[in-house]
Amino acid sequence: MNAKALSQHYAEQVQQVRDGLPAELPEWLAGRRRGAAQRFADAGFPDPRQEEWKYTNVRPIATKPFATAQADAPVSEETIRALGFEGLDACRLVFVDGRFRGEISDLDGLPEGATVRSLSAMLGDDSARLEPLLGTLAHDRYSSFAAANMAFLSDGAVIVLGKGVRLERPVHLLLVGSAGSPATWNHPRVVVQAAEGSEVTIVEHYADLEGANGFTNTVTELRADAGAQIHHYLVQDHADSAYHIGSVFVQQRRDSRVTSHNVNLGGRLVRHDLNVDLTEPGAEIVLNGLFLVGGRQHVDTHTRVHHSSPHTSSREQYRGIGQGHGRGVFKGRVLVERGAQKTDAQQHSANLLLSPNAEIDTKPELEIYADDVKCAHGATVGQLDETSLYYLRSRGIDAEAARGMLVFAFADEVLERMELEPVRTSIERRLAARLPESGAMDVIG
Amino acid sequence: MSTHSQDVEQLIKREYKYGFSTDIDQEILPPGLNEDVIRAISAKKNEPEFMLNWRLEAYRHWLTMREPSWAHVHYPKIDYQSISYYAAPKSKEDAPKSLDEVDPKLLETYEKLGIPLHERARLAGVAVDAVFDSVSVTTTFKEKLAEAGVIFCSFSEAVHNHPELVEKYLGTVVPSGDNYFAALNAAVFSDGSFVYVPKGVRCPMELSTYFRINAMNTGQFERTLIIAEEGSHVSYLEGCTAPQRDENQLHAAVVELIALDDAEIKYSTVQNWYPGDEEGKGGIYNFVTKRGECRGRNSKISWTQVEAGSAITWKYPSCVLLGENSVGEFYSVAVGNNLQQIDSGTKMVHVGKNTRSTIISKGISAGRANNAYRGLVKVVGGADGARNYTQCDSLLLGDRCGAHTYPYIEVKNPTAQVEHEATTSKIGDDQIFYLKQRGISEEDAVNMIVNGFCKEVFGELPMEFAVEAQALLAVSLEGAVG
Repeated sequence: MNAKALSQHYAEQVQQVRDGLPAELPEWLAGRRRGAAQRFADAGFPDPRQEEWKYTNVRPIATKPFATAQADAPVSEETIRALGFEGLDACRLVFVDGRFRGEISDLDGLPEGATVRSLSAMLGDDSARLEPLLGTLAHDRYSSFAAANMAFLSDGAVIVLGKGVRLERPVHLLLVGSAGSPATWNHPRVVVQAAEGSEVTIVEHYADLEGANGFTNTVTELRADAGAQIHHYLVQDHADSAYHIGSVFVQQRRDSRVTSHNVNLGGRLVRHDLNVDLTEPGAEIVLNGLFLVGGRQHVDTHTRVHHSSPHTSSREQYRGIGQGHGRGVFKGRVLVERGAQKTDAQQHSANLLLSPNAEIDTKPELEIYADDVKCAHGATVGQLDETSLYYLRSRGIDAEAARGMLVFAFADEVLERMELEPVRTSIERRLAARLPESGAMDVIG
Repeated sequence: MSTHSQDVEQLIKREYKYGFSTDIDQEILPPGLNEDVIRAISAKKNEPEFMLNWRLEAYRHWLTMREPSWAHVHYPKIDYQSISYYAAPKSKEDAPKSLDEVDPKLLETYEKLGIPLHERARLAGVAVDAVFDSVSVTTTFKEKLAEAGVIFCSFSEAVHNHPELVEKYLGTVVPSGDNYFAALNAAVFSDGSFVYVPKGVRCPMELSTYFRINAMNTGQFERTLIIAEEGSHVSYLEGCTAPQRDENQLHAAVVELIALDDAEIKYSTVQNWYPGDEEGKGGIYNFVTKRGECRGRNSKISWTQVEAGSAITWKYPSCVLLGENSVGEFYSVAVGNNLQQIDSGTKMVHVGKNTRSTIISKGISAGRANNAYRGLVKVVGGADGARNYTQCDSLLLGDRCGAHTYPYIEVKNPTAQVEHEATTSKIGDDQIFYLKQRGISEEDAVNMIVNGFCKEVFGELPMEFAVEAQALLAVSLEGAVG
C-alpha cells in the first residue's frame, strides 16, 4: 500500500471516531476519544530521529493498514487452558482481539468491596466511577500510541478495590490475538485503583492464537493509595509475527508498594514503557524485567521512575538475552526531583549477547536534582563466564548443556523473584523452550 | 561562625581572576555570515584553492542543517549573523620575527594569565604556540622540534608550508558536515594548531597551546590537527582562559587526531573560559567537536580534560578504534557552579579486533549548575574481543544543582565485554567533621575531599597541569559550600 493510501486509511479511522462514536457513550469519554483521535492524527507515528525512539523504528507497524478487529474469532475453553498458566487459581478475564469474552471468563468468588469487570460493562451501568480513572494517568500527549489507544479504545479491564480489601486470588487478564486478513489492531486498556491498605495481584498476559499477525496497542493505569500493594505481572508471549506496543503508568501514594514483573518472550516488534511516579514519602517500587530476543525479534523496554517526593525508593533489575538476529533495547531513567531528599534508587541492566548477529542497546540514565540521595546504576553487556563453563564441563556436562544451564540461570535470577509459583514455572518452561538446543529443559525437569 | 561566613562571602564575591581585556588594534570583519565572508577569510589567510572550496562546501552544507537540541542545556537562540567571524591582532601584518617584535600589550596579557612565554616555556621545557584570538602569534622551541622532525605550527602556516599533509588529513576524522557546529567551524575557522610527528619519533617535549578569546562579539573557531606517524609519541596540552564579557560568546572548535601503527597521542585540556557571573549573565558557549582515530595497530589515543569554565559546555572527545589492539581513554573532571550547564562525555567506537577503552568521568555540581555525562560505547559486529570499562561518579554540593548520567551502550558483537557503573553522592557530614576536628577549615576540607574525588583523573595530567587543575578546582568551587 502506498503512502497516500495508507494515510487515507488512517484518516478514515480518525474520522470514524470524530463522527461515528455511539450515542450511548458518556459525553466525557466521547470528548476524550475525539481529542485523542485528533492528537493521533496530528502526531502520526514516531520516527527514530526522536530521542525516545532512537533504537526502535516502528516502520513495520506504520506501513501496514491495520483494520479494526472484529473480535469474533472462535476461542474454546481448551485453547484458553493451553494458553494460560497451569495450576493458577485465579479470577480470569479473557479478551480476544481486545474485546471481552464473558463466556470463557471466570469472575466468581470476589469479596465485597472489590470490582473486577470489563470496561464495556462498567461503561454500561457505572461509568461515573470510571471518569476519574480512565485516561487521567496516561495522557494522550505521552505518545501517539497512547493517543491511539484512547481514540480507538476496544475494551479493557477495570479493577477497583475498596479500603483494606485484599484479593486472595490473583486476577488473570488474558488478552489473546488472532490471525486476521487483513491484519487488525486492537486497543485494550487496564485500569486499576487500589484504595488505602488494599492488596491485589494482577497478571496482565498477552498470548496469541496460531499465526496471529495483529497489532496490540495497550495502556495500563495503576493507582496505589496509601499503604496499598499492587503486584503487577506483565507477561508478553505473543506469536513471533505479532506487534505489541504498550505503556504502563503507575502512581503511588504514601507507603504504598508496587512490584512490577515484566517478561517479554514473543512478538516481532515490541515496545514497553513503564512510567512510575512516587508522589508521597514511603512509596516503594520494585521493577524486575526480562527479555529474550531471537530470530528477527525486536524488543524495546523503557522505564522511567520519577521520585517526586522525599523518602521514596526504587529497585530495578532488568536482564536481556540476545540470540539469532534479535535486537534488545533497554532504556531506564531515574529522575529525582528537587527536594526529593533521602531518595534511594538502584538500577541495573545486565545483558547476555549470544549471537554474532544480535544486538543489545542499553541506556541507563540518572537525572538528579537533590543532593542527599543514594543513587547508583550499572549496566553490562557480555557473554557467559568461561570459568563457569569450564566448571560444568569438568563435571561431565557437555558444552551445549552447560551453556543452556548458565543462560537459564542468568534469566532465572529475575524470574525467581516472582511469588506466583504457577506463573513462574510456566514462564521458565517457555523460556527454556526458546533457548536453542540448551540443557535448560533438563534443569527444570 | 560569623567570621567564617564573612570569608565565604568575600570568596563568593571575588571576581573572575582572568577577567580583563586587552586594548590593542584589531582587524575585525563586520558581523555577518555569507559566502563573501568566507571568501574574505580565505583570502586574508592567502589560502590555496582547495581550502576555499572545502570551506564553501562546508558552509553550503551547514545551511541545510539544524542546530542540535538533544543536549541537556538551555540557551537563547544564537544569531549567527550578529557574530564577527574574523579578528586578528593588527601586528600580524608585519609578522613578528621574534618575541621582541610582539606587541608588548599582548605579552602583558599572557603575563597576567601566568604564561610568561619565554621564561616559563624555557624553564618548564614547554613549547607554547599562543593563539591570541585567531592568529598564532609566536611559536617557541620550534628549532628544537624541527631537529627531531616534528612539525608544530599554526594551522595557517601548515596550509602554506605543508599543504600536502593538510589536504591529505584535514576533515578525515571530523568531516566538514559532521555536525552543525563542526560544519560552521569548517566554513569559518581562522586558525589553530597543527602537529605532525614523523615515523618513530618520540616528541622531545610536551606541546602546548593557549587559546584566548579577546575581541568582543567574535566567536573563536579554531581547528587543531595532530598526526602521529607509525611508532611515534606526542603529548599535547591545551589550556583556555577568557576575559570577562557580558554577552555570551560562541566557541566552536574542532580537534582531529590521527594515530597510525603503534603511535600514541595524549591530549590534555584545562578549560577555564569565562563561566558567566552568579546570575548566569555572560559566559562562553563552548560547543566543541573533538575526535581521534586510532587508525593503526596498537595505537592509542588518550583524552584528559578538566572542564571548569564556560557557561555552557557541549563536548564529547571521542575515539574511533579502527586498528587492531588499539586503545582509547577518556579521563574527565567537569565542574559546574552558579548557573553553568555542562553536557559532556565521550564516544568510544570499537571497530577493530581486541580494542579496549576506559572511561573515567567525575562530575561535580554546585550552586544551580547542571552537569550531565553523556557517553556512547559502541561495539560494531567485527570488533571481536572488544572491552570497555566505564565509571561515572557525580558529586553534588548543595540542593539546587543537578547531576545527570546518560550512557548509551550499543553492542553488536557477542565476544565484547562492556561495563558501566555510576554513582551519585554528596560530601558526607562525617567527612567534613573529621577534617574540621583536625583544624582544617571547612573550605579546605571541601577542597581536599573534592580533590580526592578527582584523583584518578588528575593523575593522568602532566605535572604542571595537574597543579594548575587543582588550583582551578578550588577557585571554581569558591563559595559553593559553607
